[in-house]
Amino acid sequence: MAAALNRALADALDADERVLVFGEDVGPLGGVFRVTDGLAARFGERRVFDTPLAESGIVGTAIGMALNGMRPVVEMQFDAFAYPAFEQITSHLAKMRNRTRGAVELPVVVRIPYGGGIGGVEHHCDSSEAYYTHTPGLRVVTPGTPDDAYALLRDAVECPDPVIFLEPKRHYWTRGDVPLGRSSLGMDRALVRRPGRDVTLIAYGSMVSTALETAEAAAEEGWDVEVVDLRSLTPFDDATVTESVRRTGRAVVVHEASGFGGYGAEVAARLTERCFHHLHAPILRVTGFDVPYPPPMLEEHHLPSVDRVLDAVARLQWDDEVVRSGVGA
Amino acid sequence: MARTVLPERQRSLLPSESPLALIDSTGVPVPDPVLEMPPDEVLLELHRRIVIGRRFDTQATALTRQGRLAVYPSSRGQEACEVGAALALREQDWLFPSYRDCVALVARGVDPVETLTLLQGGWHCGYDPHRHRVAPQCTPLATNALHAVGLAHAARLKDEDTVALVLLGDGATSEGDAHEALNFAGVWRAPVVFLVQNNGYAISVPVSKQNAAPSLAHKGIGYGVPSLLIDGNDPAAVHAALTDAVDVAASGGGPTLVEALTYRVEAHTNADDATRYRESDEVAAWLARDPLDRLETYLAARGLLDERRRAAVTEEAEAFAASVRERMNAEVETDPAELFAHVHARPTAALREQATLLAAEIAGGAA
Repeated sequence: MAAALNRALADALDADERVLVFGEDVGPLGGVFRVTDGLAARFGERRVFDTPLAESGIVGTAIGMALNGMRPVVEMQFDAFAYPAFEQITSHLAKMRNRTRGAVELPVVVRIPYGGGIGGVEHHCDSSEAYYTHTPGLRVVTPGTPDDAYALLRDAVECPDPVIFLEPKRHYWTRGDVPLGRSSLGMDRALVRRPGRDVTLIAYGSMVSTALETAEAAAEEGWDVEVVDLRSLTPFDDATVTESVRRTGRAVVVHEASGFGGYGAEVAARLTERCFHHLHAPILRVTGFDVPYPPPMLEEHHLPSVDRVLDAVARLQWDDEVVRSGVGA
Repeated sequence: MARTVLPERQRSLLPSESPLALIDSTGVPVPDPVLEMPPDEVLLELHRRIVIGRRFDTQATALTRQGRLAVYPSSRGQEACEVGAALALREQDWLFPSYRDCVALVARGVDPVETLTLLQGGWHCGYDPHRHRVAPQCTPLATNALHAVGLAHAARLKDEDTVALVLLGDGATSEGDAHEALNFAGVWRAPVVFLVQNNGYAISVPVSKQNAAPSLAHKGIGYGVPSLLIDGNDPAAVHAALTDAVDVAASGGGPTLVEALTYRVEAHTNADDATRYRESDEVAAWLARDPLDRLETYLAARGLLDERRRAAVTEEAEAFAASVRERMNAEVETDPAELFAHVHARPTAALREQATLLAAEIAGGAA
């Protein structure tokens, strides 16, 4: 996936001279995850450059550059290191179009490696998506697969709105075929990664693969599981997800972030509002616990696993339906 | 007339011990080894803009009492900085103001009613920032300093001759963004000018509780940004220092930090009570250093400002205020549908749904 993102940045830099890439260690080093590898050498340090180590400064200056016609793509080195930029993101980046009645457009992409599962020490593994999805004016997207990483990042760079681009860092090394053409799907649409009849698993980022593995395991138990990859967290693709859940009548939302006040709560609430009469069971969430991200030796207990998701699927009141349909009476 | 760019030997990182001035508080010219007295026509324009700005400021405060403005942070006493900054910029340069800089906006040519839109409450920013190259007034402190550095750096990347000037207060220098901005500007040698209007107070907190350095201008040293300490109530000194700083920035010389010592004559806003934290003697002492009085004394002594010109400027200021009053007394037309119009480039499906809901609610309420 890192290589797909790298290629997307290179192609974006190539396609539009207003695109700039900057942040900490993104120059000669190529980023700590090598996502910007070779870009400084190829495009020069006027377009790809290292900045002082200050995240508010990186996003704040990106705003000024966008005000002057540039299209900055900035890197926050890790999820938790983006917090110093929070005020610039929420008070300025997200609101500038609205504050100025559309007169000022800020096409800035903030790339943030997020999530755990890589044995990272504290402050390197946060799932911070809900902070951003709760902020009107931002678009928040996250690829679940290498092929989508390329298409989504190209779309994000061309988007006239500011985009928080969350990169599931445990998939940086995941391999896959990456078509270099542009997806006709666009940036806002969710994607059914695996069709199924019995239950919809709703996932994004690192959990897409977990959901797909769960679907395989569930098939052995006799459940036909549909997997929806959200891709875009805001705006939320109500149409695609609602259609799926109305059809299957059961849903589980999966994410790494803590559950309380988390993104899954919004998904479950929206689906309940829209699909209530189609549901055979409450919508369940499988999430990280409501604890600060654990140390590496304990993170396996925190992260939603295939078994934990499968357990949730099993709790979807299948027996009630059997009773209701009279089959098991 | 060509301006004198500060020679390299005078671009010390260290500010002077006492503030640089060209006209003292009694209106007497004082020679300065660094700053050059602006030409007469500039001094007269400073005078005209300060008179109009002060009258505008008084009018805005009056509008708060009439309920036409939700709140107004007065610039009274700081007009030398406000007007000096606006006039130091060239057309292609950008101004990054804070909330207390309405007078600077008006001096820059922004429509006064559009300037007051934020404080009136009809919308957030009432003007198109690109039109006059004035960023939205910034209410969070010092965040705009980074925007100024970014815009200035982008100008260099595009080989554009554009300088950004950001207005900060003494309180803002404690914010992290002020320091990040000075550091980025220093490292990038960005064509940006930082003007710190040290008006003595961050709402109620005096500078002595804000800063332990010999001056706020000293903060430039740590970032490799040359700094000046000037008399912020001397319109000639403010204009001269800022035009030099703009020239230096435009010619590739990098950023400058200017601390202007001034005073907030009014309370923080009309909603504040300054008697709770400062003595009237202090205010009186600063009133004796008024920027307009000293400029008028100097210009009159030079024979540049006779009664006729003074009356003409006063008349222009009264007409300006009358127009502001009249236009601000018109009912503001707001459109609830606009709530959803500028969130994204195109409204999302969810926002269209919410807009429909609100429209139905309004229609139902009217029925």
